[in-house]
Amino acid sequence: MSEIGAFLLEKTVVGSVMFGVTLGVVAYATLGERKLSGFFQDRHGPNRAGPWGLFQPIADGVKFFTKEEFIPDRANKALFVIAPTFTFMAAGFLIAVIPFGDRIVVNGREILLQIADVNIGILYILAISSLGVYGVITGGWASNNKYSLMGGLRSSSQMISYEIAMGLAVVALLIDHGTLSLRQIVLNQTGPIWQWSVFTHPLGFIIFYVSAFAEAARIPFDLPEAENELVGGYHTEYSAMKFGLFQFGEYTHMTLASGLIATLYFGGWSIPWLTAPAEPTVWWGLLTFAVFWIKTFFFMFVFIWVRWTLPRFRYDQLMGLGWKKLIPLAVLNILAMAAILIATGGAGME
Amino acid sequence: MDSQTIVFAILALISLFGGIMVVTRRNPVHSILFLVLTFFCFAGFYVMLGATFLAAIQVLVYAGAIMVLFLFVVMMLNLREPEALEGGPSFFQTLGFIVAAGMAVLLLAYFAGRPGPGVPPFSAGETAYEVGGPESLGMLLFTEYVFPVEIAGILLLAAVIGAVALAKRKRV
Repeated sequence: MSEIGAFLLEKTVVGSVMFGVTLGVVAYATLGERKLSGFFQDRHGPNRAGPWGLFQPIADGVKFFTKEEFIPDRANKALFVIAPTFTFMAAGFLIAVIPFGDRIVVNGREILLQIADVNIGILYILAISSLGVYGVITGGWASNNKYSLMGGLRSSSQMISYEIAMGLAVVALLIDHGTLSLRQIVLNQTGPIWQWSVFTHPLGFIIFYVSAFAEAARIPFDLPEAENELVGGYHTEYSAMKFGLFQFGEYTHMTLASGLIATLYFGGWSIPWLTAPAEPTVWWGLLTFAVFWIKTFFFMFVFIWVRWTLPRFRYDQLMGLGWKKLIPLAVLNILAMAAILIATGGAGME
Repeated sequence: MDSQTIVFAILALISLFGGIMVVTRRNPVHSILFLVLTFFCFAGFYVMLGATFLAAIQVLVYAGAIMVLFLFVVMMLNLREPEALEGGPSFFQTLGFIVAAGMAVLLLAYFAGRPGPGVPPFSAGETAYEVGGPESLGMLLFTEYVFPVEIAGILLLAAVIGAVALAKRKRV
């Protein structure tokens, strides 16, 4: 087989597997959310479809496809239909650069368990997640409903504001690691557990995690869809699979944000104190893959835990927190990090 | 035809389509969304030229921030689709058409018959990838071009302070 053919085959297989596994996790994240909410509220949660309700996501999918598709009168039809796909695309594009696992060697060919290890990994993530707002804002506008529009506008200002805090938190991390490649950042964190960035960047981690909650529009920052003020926010008028796609996009965003937190601050696929074997086998690949997902599941659990524990912020409080607390804190964090690096002559100072 | 040419052709077709749609749509929201599509294709061109950093910034700043603000303003103003033109184009529309057409003629006259800059091939991509990457760009910006960077920084700071002062001014 020619080199380009082998390359295409490798990337197709790796890409399909990563995409498929992520979507499977996302589908079961909806069940996990409902099961855990049941647990937090001292009730059972869904338990009718299959053993322990395990077929619930499939039942939900069938329901979404068979319900009536409703398009409101005087809505902008083309944009109304296409808006949910924007949300899902912006979340799905992120899969391309997430390092799901280490490299493996099969038949002398090195295969990376990551679709693309690009030298602008983190910038790519920030760029793509800044596009997530289009689905929400066009959906809200195209519905021709004032509550939908309010939800869309809130969401756009919220996402733009918190992107700044998130980006600044990442800058401090980049100064330390001296690279934008996500794989290199994971490699820098291998070794003893205190190599994890969370121990060197505790403040950056907190800012990043809070911003991730706001970017994913989860409680306590789910103002774009605050149901007691805006009915259902930007998706008030949506029904059937178009609504389902909005939900699916949101859960994809939450899953990948968790994966990103695990990658940037908790060592990604690496296992503390364990170094990669010289000839990494498929088993090593599977082990790192599993470790990545275990760390990701933990942060998804925290997302759900917070949602069913904390009340919602008020809109002006949300903006105040973003602009008056998180952004100045993030700038201080960068200055402190740079000062420490200059004082100790750390990475990138040669 | 190699894979580079095919990818370039696809991107060029999409960006031309997007550009034409931007100027022909009556609904400003549609125009903005097509402009986002065009910017996306530009990012694709930057990647093909090895300028990966520029590609990411193109999407992050233009598609992700500036166009969102455009969309925000258009939606807040709630512009309706304009009625069909009555009594021919206005003075400014005529002027705009003449300027745009003149620009197109000048560009065509300059580039027609000249070979394009060409696209660096994948095999030699290693160097282009390095040159256009964030590290080499950062080194250049903070050594050779540090003075322009500082000037741009001061201009931006002035703009930020101006915006805050305007927003803070007491309303009568």
